Amino acid sequence: MSEEMILDIQDLRTSFFVDSNEVKAVDGVTFQVPKGKTLGIVGESGSGKSISALSVLRLIESPGEIIGGSIKYKGEDLTKVKNSRMRQIRGNEISMIFQEPMTSLNPTFTIGQQLRESYKIHEGLGKKAGTKRAIEMLELVGIPSPEKRVNQYPFELSGGMRQRVMIAMALACKPELLIADEPTTALDVTIQAQILELIKELQEEIGMSVVMITHDLGVVAETCDYVAVMYAGKVVEFADVYTLFENPKHPYTVGLLNSLPRHDKAQDELIPIKGNVPAPNEMPSGCRFAPRCPFASDICNTLPELEVQEDGNEVRCWIHTEQWDGDKEVQLNAK
Amino acid sequence: MPSKPLLNVENLEQHFPIKGGFLGRTVNHVKAVDGITFSIDKGETVAVVGESGCGKSTTGRAILRLDEPTAGKVEFEGQDVLAMSKDEMRKMRKDMQIIFQDPYASLNPRKTVRQTLWEAMDIQKVVPRKERNNRIIELMETVGLQKHQIDRYPHEFSGGQRQRIGIARALSVNPKLIICDEAVSALDVSIQAQVLNLLKRLQRELGLTYLFISHDLGVVRHIADRIIVMYLGKIVEVGDTESIFENPQHPYTKALLSAIPVPDPRKKAQRIFLRGDVPSPIDPPTGCRFHTRCPFATDYCRTEQPVLEQKDTETEGFHNVACHYALDIQRGKHDPQYEMYNVREILDEEGEDAATEDKAEYTKTEK
Repeated sequence: MSEEMILDIQDLRTSFFVDSNEVKAVDGVTFQVPKGKTLGIVGESGSGKSISALSVLRLIESPGEIIGGSIKYKGEDLTKVKNSRMRQIRGNEISMIFQEPMTSLNPTFTIGQQLRESYKIHEGLGKKAGTKRAIEMLELVGIPSPEKRVNQYPFELSGGMRQRVMIAMALACKPELLIADEPTTALDVTIQAQILELIKELQEEIGMSVVMITHDLGVVAETCDYVAVMYAGKVVEFADVYTLFENPKHPYTVGLLNSLPRHDKAQDELIPIKGNVPAPNEMPSGCRFAPRCPFASDICNTLPELEVQEDGNEVRCWIHTEQWDGDKEVQLNAK
Repeated sequence: MPSKPLLNVENLEQHFPIKGGFLGRTVNHVKAVDGITFSIDKGETVAVVGESGCGKSTTGRAILRLDEPTAGKVEFEGQDVLAMSKDEMRKMRKDMQIIFQDPYASLNPRKTVRQTLWEAMDIQKVVPRKERNNRIIELMETVGLQKHQIDRYPHEFSGGQRQRIGIARALSVNPKLIICDEAVSALDVSIQAQVLNLLKRLQRELGLTYLFISHDLGVVRHIADRIIVMYLGKIVEVGDTESIFENPQHPYTKALLSAIPVPDPRKKAQRIFLRGDVPSPIDPPTGCRFHTRCPFATDYCRTEQPVLEQKDTETEGFHNVACHYALDIQRGKHDPQYEMYNVREILDEEGEDAATEDKAEYTKTEK
């Protein structure tokens, strides 16, 4: 990729220290977000995708801690900047939307008050000017009669409406990077369609980059330009969206696609991935996926590196290295 | 239908009262399920789909009388379920089991797998005490749990494994019908596929019948023989699975299907965007309940309630739809009343509508 990178994460490590044990939630994650593009991070629960995102904004609370790696935002290493600088960045330059629109909004303040707060902090706008901007923003995200809504409380709005308010809030200061953590998971599909379309449109309008965290491969196919697949705290595959769906290389990615029930075509049988994600204290020292991998061999007891392939994509798997002497066929389920 | 259906539901109605006012009287009702009729044959899987608040879960609960339905008829193997006494009902539940969405909340955290399954068998008096331990181990193997896990507590299992315990518990009393209420929704895809395959295998081996309640149309297409689409307490469309997916006839079903993101970056479906949110089930719209959001709605739809019937006579098999214009839309004789593919335009229009409403309200109060 020769494009300009707005975010460049190298070997990020975030751990939680519980009862003198270290739980490596994010274990050496590396990925980049090209400017103006959307990067999807997919993975199942516990893969470390949300913790990676929270690490970017340094929102990890004790007992969690970023213990290594760098997060370069436009060349500036966010793991090293002062707290005061971090506060300027949060909401102003990098913004985040969360999964639960109800728990992320403060129930005791009106929509307007909550939107005004960020204008006050970041731009020093007063009440009147702030309200005016709030109404404009609500209008932008397609909330009917914003003049009325601005004085309402979160409980007076429906789920989809609340998520739009969250988006309005995240976009209040026209950030350069938006991190959306499962923004539509709690919503019905028809509302999800509206929200995804909205994010895409606003992205074009203000030229921001997006990190879309999701477990839904449909959402990824629809919205992302690049995809990082995470498993047990590591990125196992990084590819552009077309390659990922048409020529997936990591057995885990292949397994995910094979176990996905599709609504757009009839399938005979799903091929699930056997077993479960290993518990943090039982994590294998080699390839994390080896115990569930149908292709695993002895070499997999050593951890493979994320290596660049011929087509420019990156895979963390021995099969795609020269050391592999077995069969190289990791096939997608016949369509 | 040649043979008698296993489960027959007629005009089932579930209205929850809303208490309010000074004396705590019933001031209104939430019409969660408002007169639905369907039947399930033995060995078949029928799925109920729809968005949150459409009444799909309420339907499942009403059939089992977990909430007492307000009206209608439920027949299981010809017996009237709603007329049964508490005792008879408890016996009946041996034949009708339910698996819930949340495996965390539906298992007793203080009971081991052995105790949980033992209790279920005890209540229904199914397996003689001496054989129970063997039966429990057999059940665990059936659902893919290991023998040595028998004395473990729910917190020692992962989400997918807990759902398997839930399935084992349902199976422990040898039911005929299992209601799966979002049974795989909380699971990760790789685990979800395991559980779906398990449910399918159990159906083949034990001749089970499923009522499968889900919001995930991918899952439904995979597991169901027939699909019921619900909207705001009513059935809008029902038919054989392939027919529903390949030839959806109700504008709501079409919009619902078009809204699901396709896991293929080269397939960009043309999406029908619906206006606004689902109306309140306390005071559902008159006529067709979907008319407030339907791009095809006319004045006729606002007053006349459509009947659920077979419209397209060329369809092979079973496919009923409740829409006045289903056939005309299909033949291109009835056009949408506004642009339905452009979300921006729809949102702007909504804004304008709301603005004029506000204005009207404002002038009214002025006077």
